[in-house]
Amino acid sequence: MKRWLIALFLPLMAAMPAFAQDGDATVKEIEKYRQALADGNPAELWEARGEDLWKKKRGPKNASLEQCDLGMGAGKVKGAYAALPRYFEDTDKVEDLESRLVTCMVMLQGFSYDQARKNPFGGPDVKSDMEALVAYVTSASRGIKMNVALKHPKEKEAFEIGKKMFFHRGGPHDFACATCHASDKQRIRLQDLPNLTKQEPAQRAYTSWPAYRVSQGELRSFQWRLFDCFRQQRFPELVFTSQGSVALTLYLAKNANGGVFNAPSIKR
Amino acid sequence: MKMTILAAAWMVPLAVLATPNAEEVMKASFKDRGQAKVDRLNQDETQAACSKYFAAVPKDVAKKIEAANLKTIKYPADGKVMGDWKEGERIAQSGVGKQFSDNPANPAGGNCYACHQLSKAEISFGTIGPSLYNFGKLRGFTEAMQKYAYGKVYNAQAYSACSNMPRFGHNQILTEQQMKHVTALLMDPDSPVNK
Ligand code: HEC
Ligand code: HEC
Repeated sequence: MKRWLIALFLPLMAAMPAFAQDGDATVKEIEKYRQALADGNPAELWEARGEDLWKKKRGPKNASLEQCDLGMGAGKVKGAYAALPRYFEDTDKVEDLESRLVTCMVMLQGFSYDQARKNPFGGPDVKSDMEALVAYVTSASRGIKMNVALKHPKEKEAFEIGKKMFFHRGGPHDFACATCHASDKQRIRLQDLPNLTKQEPAQRAYTSWPAYRVSQGELRSFQWRLFDCFRQQRFPELVFTSQGSVALTLYLAKNANGGVFNAPSIKR
Repeated sequence: MKMTILAAAWMVPLAVLATPNAEEVMKASFKDRGQAKVDRLNQDETQAACSKYFAAVPKDVAKKIEAANLKTIKYPADGKVMGDWKEGERIAQSGVGKQFSDNPANPAGGNCYACHQLSKAEISFGTIGPSLYNFGKLRGFTEAMQKYAYGKVYNAQAYSACSNMPRFGHNQILTEQQMKHVTALLMDPDSPVNK
């Protein structure tokens, strides 16, 4: 992955002396490349694309998402993810980031509900606008402590539902999330499994999503993480932004309260 | 799944604990995909009790679960529980099967290495279950132990209620022949497990 970045930026670095005289702007650009090399996370490409999508006028109403209220007031992105999922009055629902983005795409931009939920996860043939938007919004919570509230009765209800889902054993393998994520220092093969019922490991895990997956060449949202763990659990497909998916996310986010958010990250 | 008789015995009043409609919310949050249908969320008595008492199953409940699961074990009609350990090793390595991304026409694996150390050579093993290295050597190569190993793979909860180990025979993950092979992997003196 680093090699990939170097390949992209090396020609520019080589050209450095040539336009070094061009002054401050060039120096700044070079500084940016240096940083990109140091950080080396292609998630930045998703973040940038997401920022464009956020600001671009789109949909039947030709509107941007800049007036979208993620819980901190219209248009406020900074710190919003660290307090999600949360209850929203306008929909009378608890929403996570992805379901809130769907709400804004429908209400502000005039997309149909189905259009807004199309391509939730990117693959070799389709890019996911959703995952780009998720990358952009989450990046604006870097360095902020997780503080999911459990005030509204519907938030409390979601927590209980999420908890129930976490311990629900079923399917041909009798698995629950808890089978793999409720004990300390467990591994599947060589893969470490965080104990998501305990504060410290829950914080470490939750604050590292979304993530750029090197093995997939994609940026993955938290909705994707749940979708894929349920697949491994031999469960049917988790419906994107379903009430249960939001409830489970809230349960895990709450367990991670106090942890410093630091994503999009990069993972194997 | 055929344990209805016991339902009354330990089906605690779930309603007291459960959030109103948690079950319904969960079911409405999934859709059928490939071989994984939404009915996989339905629980038999064992699954329901083990979800409820996740951290610690009361002794009396555990006894009932074990008794009910013990009854499900069917031993091979020919009385032989030992197959070919080499086949068993392949089954222990394979993690495919039963996911919506798997082709149901292909046989499922046992994925024993996901949770257990087995042979010395395979260093990529998980720790959800105990090490089974030298299992036969330590327990003795007796017919009774062979039978226990087969039964354990068939239905782990017959011997330890709410085990995290899948019930491979009871839930039809592995065939009788495959279970014989993994039993041989554990119990054949020539198997790398016992070297
Ligand atoms: C059969 C085992 C298994 C089950 C069941 C399972 N997971 Fe996972 N989970 C894993 C593995 C393995 C990883 C690490 C995967 C990877 O890096 O690709 C993981 C990773 C995660 C992570 C990210 C941890 C991190 O630090 O990156 C979260 C969060 C998570 N799982 C939540 C869940 C939830 C919630 C459920 C229930 C819906 C669940 N898992 C069910 C095996 C499982
Ligand atoms: C998802 C995890 C998991 C998988 C997969 C798994 N096991 Fe286990 N196994 C466990 C756990 C946990 C225990 C300990 C609790 C118990 O005895 O049930 C265990 C216990 C055992 C025991 C009993 C050990 C003893 O001391 O008596 C045997 C034998 C065994 N497993 C064999 C296997 C074989 C063979 C396979 C593959 C076909 C397998 N297991 C797959 C989790 C697993």
